[in-house]
Amino acid sequence: MEWRWDFTFEILPRMLWATGNTLLAAGIGYLIALVVGLILMLGQRTPYRIVNFIVREVVEFIRSTPLLVQLFFVFFVAPQFGIKLTAWTSAMLTIGLHFGTYLSEVYRGALEGVPKAQWEACRALNFSTAYTYRRVVLPQAFPIALPGMGNYLVGIFKDTPLLATIGVAELMHTANALGAETYRYLEPYTMVGFIFLIISLPAAMGLRRLEAAVAKAQGKVKH
Amino acid sequence: MALRSCLIPFLQQLGDDVSYWGFFVEYAPKMASGAMTTAMVMGCSALLAAVISLIFGLMRLSQNWGVQAAATVYIEFFRGTSLLVQLYWIYYVLPLMGLTLSPFMSGVLALGLNFGAYGAEIVRGGVQSVPRGQWEAALALNMSPAQRMRRIIVPQTFTLILPPMANLTVELLKATALVALITVVDLMFVAKQINATTWLSAQVFGTALIIYYIMARFALIPFLRWLEVLAARKVGKA
Amino acid sequence: MDTRHPQSLPDGSPLVRFADVTKSYGDLTVLDKLNLDIAQNEMVSIIGPSGSGKTTVLRVLMTLETINDGVIYVDGEPLTHMPSGAGLEVASESYLRQRRSKIGMVFQQFNLFPHMTALQNCIEAPMQVLGLSRDEAEERALDLLQMVGMDSKKDQHPTRLSGGQQQRVAIARALAMRPQVMLLDEVTSALDPEVIGEVLNVIRSLNSEHNLTMIMVTHQMGFAREISDRVCFFYEGKIAEQGSPEKLFEDPQNERTKQFLHAVLDAN
Ligand SMILES: Nc1ncnc2c1ncn2[C@@H]1O[C@H](COP(=O)(O)OP(=O)(O)O)[C@@H](O)[C@H]1O
Ligand SMILES: [Mg+2]
Repeated sequence: MEWRWDFTFEILPRMLWATGNTLLAAGIGYLIALVVGLILMLGQRTPYRIVNFIVREVVEFIRSTPLLVQLFFVFFVAPQFGIKLTAWTSAMLTIGLHFGTYLSEVYRGALEGVPKAQWEACRALNFSTAYTYRRVVLPQAFPIALPGMGNYLVGIFKDTPLLATIGVAELMHTANALGAETYRYLEPYTMVGFIFLIISLPAAMGLRRLEAAVAKAQGKVKH
Repeated sequence: MALRSCLIPFLQQLGDDVSYWGFFVEYAPKMASGAMTTAMVMGCSALLAAVISLIFGLMRLSQNWGVQAAATVYIEFFRGTSLLVQLYWIYYVLPLMGLTLSPFMSGVLALGLNFGAYGAEIVRGGVQSVPRGQWEAALALNMSPAQRMRRIIVPQTFTLILPPMANLTVELLKATALVALITVVDLMFVAKQINATTWLSAQVFGTALIIYYIMARFALIPFLRWLEVLAARKVGKA
Repeated sequence: MDTRHPQSLPDGSPLVRFADVTKSYGDLTVLDKLNLDIAQNEMVSIIGPSGSGKTTVLRVLMTLETINDGVIYVDGEPLTHMPSGAGLEVASESYLRQRRSKIGMVFQQFNLFPHMTALQNCIEAPMQVLGLSRDEAEERALDLLQMVGMDSKKDQHPTRLSGGQQQRVAIARALAMRPQVMLLDEVTSALDPEVIGEVLNVIRSLNSEHNLTMIMVTHQMGFAREISDRVCFFYEGKIAEQGSPEKLFEDPQNERTKQFLHAVLDAN
């Protein structure tokens, strides 16, 4: 089968429009995940051991089961209980929840990355807990969390093609539709791959820069 | 009001034990066979990914410019595009170029190539974190570059790379669900099938999730921990 | 191609010869046209301030670093270079592998292989590189482990050994390759004070009973004085002064040597 440039240009507008949807889905999903991650992290640091335990187990469960199955679960189960969720809503909820568990780990790691001595120094200076977090702990934890946070933004972006399976009109969905309409699969699927590549390569490069900058700011030398 | 209208059917469903038990008895064998296929896909692609990780991870560290560039292109390509795109490409586009693979083979190939690229970066990181002194000691004993790599460096990377590799393997198990989309009859595929005929979505997808969870948490992770302990013992760290 | 240096040295030449050896890292010249001869069975100590190039001398001789100019000869033949036409060209990896076998090295940080036991550390290279059978290699290794007093710990991994024990295994490992020259780079600097003695004792017996040629970088002035045939004082990549231990320690001529000895001996 030959590559057809005229066909490529014919479908290009639709592909670009779908790229917009892909980016939108990744962006919204990421914002939800950032918040969910925060809640799940705090949920494991409550004064109640039972709460911490339950949240921890829920996080483990979500982290060790496939996003695709979760997507179907949310999309098909909600209507069974009389809740109408659009494909978009289901998708955003699932992505937010799934990646929220990963982000909660990133946050947790970052908080634990702040040396204990910093807490002790704040205690010695009689700072309140809120003040300690705001002025001492979070400013040190944030740079530690940044690379992980960036990684999962790219991770979400690369998982958006799964949303096609429940009918979100992102890139993969559009490529499927074009294939079904025209019986040509070579160009649409290859274009999807190419578009992913030209977005995620610079993103990954930026991330590496960020990581290096963070490491440098923390005084760690990379070998 | 809205809350009650959701809650009541939910409780009815949950309370109706008999219906879940009936569902379970009827569909458990089918789902179990799906899970077996999932395990097969997982095992084969993990093997392929391990081989690719080692080869491309070492190529990435080659002194030879061409070899290193080839590995970099491979790794960046497979990490930069999405797994599902690669899967569809292998399954739908490759046949147009005269290479037709079975759904199972396509799935294993896509998973192996994709996770091999991530694994290669782990291998590279592992080799690079073996202290310089180890290379130098091996050279001072007049070992050849190949002997140094094979006998001294690679064995030491095992303890270093196993924990990140274990995480990657759990991700691989989860990613196998994608092969359902190219008609491999795995757990996800069976779940979709049952859902399409019964519309017992909560039961079927809920059960599937639990099976995936059990496979990860009570089979795969203990196995990987055991490997870690084994490797640690080998280097005298246990 | 380099025609300034001979393709081999005449009979009766020193075992090791540095001929106008220069080593630099970018703008920093670490060894500056160094000339140094070491005779068969000689024990030479190298002392000098930190950063003066002592480690670098050993590392270029071990071929861990390439030199920028000059030639190093070992046993009459060039080490860093190989004959080519009428002159010498930079040695290839396969040439280096032939020549390197005459040299052994013990490191400050031991660098034992952590995934191998003490015995395995000592038989690995003899089997892989020299092609000895396992039995031959083990026999040789056990003799050496006994000599360094580590035979009872032969099946322990390095992580289970103290620093002094690890260093003794490292000495046995280097000796198992039967090198003609042993290079020792501050082999006691990473050790706790109470175990330094056990390692020095091993080196003493190597010197007195085995008549090995040794080049030793050390900060243990007392030990250098006791054991060496010759002491070289390094300053800024050059030998500022050298001579018998008595001469160098009791009647140093060079101002730098005097300052250095003052500083070191005062600190003790
Ligand atoms: N790999 C390297 N890159 C750049 N400079 C180096 C390197 N190794 C050593 N040097 C420099 O060479 C000089 C001599 O080092 P070295 O031989 O280790 O000194 P010594 O052992 O006498 O303390 C030092 O100034 C050191 O910083
Ligand atoms: Mg030194």
